[in-house]
Amino acid sequence: MATKAQSAEGPAVTGGDGEGEGLRRRDYLKVGAVAFAGVGAVVAIAPLFVQMAPSADVLALSTTEVDISKIQPGSGIKAQWRKQPVFIRNLTPKEIAEADAVPLSELRDPQTLEERTLPGHKNWLITLGVCTHLGCVPLGIGEGENRGKYGGYFCPCHGSQYDTAARIRQGPAPKNLFVPDYTFTTPTTVLIGSKGKK
Amino acid sequence: MSFSWAKPYEPKHPVMRWLDERLPLPRVIYGAIGGGYPVPRNLNYWWNFGVLAGIFLTIQILTGIVLAMHYTASTDGAFNSVNQLIMRDVNAGWLLRYAHMNGASFFFLVVYIHIFRGLYYGSYKAPRELVWMLGLVIYLLMMATAFMGYVLPWGQMSYWGAQVITNFFSAIPVIGEPLRIWVLGGYAPDEAALTRFFSLHYLLPFIIAAVVILHIWALHIPGSGNPTGVDVKDERDTLPFHPYYTAKDGWFAAAFLLFYVIVTYFLPNYLGSPDNYTPANPLATPAEIVPEWYLLPFYAILRSFTADFILPAKLWGVLAMFSSILLLFFLPWIDKSPVRSGTYRPLFKRFFWLLVIDVLVLGWVGGSPVKPLTVAVGQIAAAYYFLHFLVILPLVSRFETPLPLPMSITESVLHGSEAEVAPAPKTQRRAKSATAAAE
Repeated sequence: MATKAQSAEGPAVTGGDGEGEGLRRRDYLKVGAVAFAGVGAVVAIAPLFVQMAPSADVLALSTTEVDISKIQPGSGIKAQWRKQPVFIRNLTPKEIAEADAVPLSELRDPQTLEERTLPGHKNWLITLGVCTHLGCVPLGIGEGENRGKYGGYFCPCHGSQYDTAARIRQGPAPKNLFVPDYTFTTPTTVLIGSKGKK
Repeated sequence: MSFSWAKPYEPKHPVMRWLDERLPLPRVIYGAIGGGYPVPRNLNYWWNFGVLAGIFLTIQILTGIVLAMHYTASTDGAFNSVNQLIMRDVNAGWLLRYAHMNGASFFFLVVYIHIFRGLYYGSYKAPRELVWMLGLVIYLLMMATAFMGYVLPWGQMSYWGAQVITNFFSAIPVIGEPLRIWVLGGYAPDEAALTRFFSLHYLLPFIIAAVVILHIWALHIPGSGNPTGVDVKDERDTLPFHPYYTAKDGWFAAAFLLFYVIVTYFLPNYLGSPDNYTPANPLATPAEIVPEWYLLPFYAILRSFTADFILPAKLWGVLAMFSSILLLFFLPWIDKSPVRSGTYRPLFKRFFWLLVIDVLVLGWVGGSPVKPLTVAVGQIAAAYYFLHFLVILPLVSRFETPLPLPMSITESVLHGSEAEVAPAPKTQRRAKSATAAAE
């Protein structure tokens, strides 16, 4: 290989005196060689970047099954999904009415309670317990915790307030608490992380 | 490097001569921090903090290398390896850990004094713009290193600090959330995040050391500044770094390190948060998340955006926080006044001290819980911070009449500060000082 490259270079130098082919051939070789090495370098660097992305074992924890039979109306539990807290709350009729009474124009991230729950399960509000501002766990799911001004959740870190449909109402958070994919496998169990095709 | 009268290196011992001819390392050191580097003779104690910063970087690297020998970077083992193994079982582990922990705080304290010295004496002005900018790069690297180091013990504050700070990325439109997940290697801080933070926390100090070398290299081209801001004119204005400034830096370092050692021995946890002695719990956020004291002013700026205005409040907060540092890179061109030293700038001096108070207020707000009063004070203080750099400084540098500058460093030293600011006796001198002021 090396001798071949050298012999190709030989005539290029002598032919390069004029404006003829030699110079262009040399340019072609240079661009070709650098481009080839460049593509090789990018390919070689790729693993250094992709190793940072979530690994297979992290992705494998993508669904969690939770028994919700013991959750009384007006209370909720904290489950764990993909290493993040999930709030599962059984809304009271009063809380549902409060959420429905809010006009969408008042909301920063307009969504109705219907859009945030599954059909026929309007009382089950299932959201990530991760504040959409900077990722703290809001208060309000546990017994006796501060639920904030709007009766939903209150984030102690930077003061975001969520209502009974876990929609952002006040404070720095830009979005409503995220509703993950989930499905009811039985009337009293939910599978979080799965859209469910039943 | 800088002045024609700088003494060249003359190896005395044959071994050194042999080495110098083959690898002139002793020559480089002699020219950088030895007798071969002429320094203005009038430096005050504010000029000691550069060397001190170097000392603290060394302390951090040494204690850090040793601590890494005992630390376990895993979510199961990290908390115990710090709080059980290092703090109780390893011989002198408690001392090394406390020295490292408080060393970070003192490193920042020293660097803050160093930065504000630069702000007061106009050290960022031509021809030292790159010295200033490299210093800011060091400061940014320090913040990244300190943040990642704070995550390593995997206590509550470690975990939630990691969560909050990596969430800054999610404020970026469109690519933000995928970027955050890529940075963390998961959906929330976990094993993958902890191990990569450990790797980078070990790497970055050496990058800092490399940038420090560039910082000093760039400084030694024009030579050190001085409290009058007047350029060095001849040999009488300077003293060799060794023995004059090595002696002064040496005694001051000893005095300052005493202060550091007292805190490390007797108040080791004063600057930290007690919440970090609770193991990380991904399901419960501590009632109040507070960063280490040295990041509080930025935290206050981040929190001072509470309502959407065209862009989401969250993005505003993150943008404002980063631009509060990034705008310092433009300072050499924002402050156009030809007079370097704040001593000769009566108006600038007042606004400088207002800025110092403003940053302290921001720090206080950053450490206080979110309440209407603290939020309001934080918003005013954050607005003033930007006002200072973007409006006040350009206006002051345009309309201020500076005081007459001394003819030379030597004259200011020999005549004292009164003669310094009084008009010089001879008309020729007055003309000269006027041109010096205009330069």
